[in-house]
Amino acid sequence: MGEPKPNLYSESFPIEGGNFNSAGIVSTGIKSILKKLGIPGDIVRKAAIVSYEAEINVVSYAKKAVVNLTVVPGAVCIEVIDEGQGIPNIDLAMQEGYSTADQKIREMGFGAGMGLCNIRNYSDDFHIESEVGKGTHLKMTIQTP
Amino acid sequence: MKLSEVKDILDAEIIVGEDCLDLEVHTAFGADLMSDVLAFAKAGSLLLTGLTNTQVIRTANVLDIAAIILVRGKKPSSETIALASELKIPILTTKYILFETAGRLYMKGIVGCLSKVENTSGRT
Repeated sequence: MGEPKPNLYSESFPIEGGNFNSAGIVSTGIKSILKKLGIPGDIVRKAAIVSYEAEINVVSYAKKAVVNLTVVPGAVCIEVIDEGQGIPNIDLAMQEGYSTADQKIREMGFGAGMGLCNIRNYSDDFHIESEVGKGTHLKMTIQTP
Repeated sequence: MKLSEVKDILDAEIIVGEDCLDLEVHTAFGADLMSDVLAFAKAGSLLLTGLTNTQVIRTANVLDIAAIILVRGKKPSSETIALASELKIPILTTKYILFETAGRLYMKGIVGCLSKVENTSGRT
């Protein structure tokens, strides 16, 4: 793994579960922070997409969450740690098209079983851990030049 | 093509972004599923959709979408308009259905931001 890298930036953002109107505020914020840091546009977009899909998951399924944004030389890391129902079967949840979404989520244009796949596809490194009844922990890393 | 030309082709009404009509666009993506938009749409494209909630604006912002074209005569809520104004994302609305909207733009040279998906595994 080599020596620990110095943080160029780090900030934590809370997300409130169930608040559909607020979904996207954190990723919009992350996007503008990364832009200001001079991160290339395509990396900023990937980071915004993964954090946005994660936010949608939090408002849809969790009570609350914290998003940790960390920028180190060579990478943008986004961690989303929620308190909520958790995921009983991660393999199934990672299958494109598998969804437990209700009508409210679908009306917003989500809930088609693509969120976690999008998150994985836009991340260079993706980790997911979940405990039923406790919550889910996502960790996404996007490499920067 | 300039956004003003898109507006004319679609006989559209501009709801947000009166000052953005000089914006140049070349590509578009159309869907009502925002996860598909997030998966496939490219920066600088038009987003054609029938959804009008604030998540459409958030999605457009995340992807650096040039402008949103609401189809089937959909009108956004005041909340959606406020967010689009804040994030400086133009919204146009056209009475044409999604198919017609896409076809009319395609005939005039706007192309999809991709034409086929690479992998359809697991898609239903």
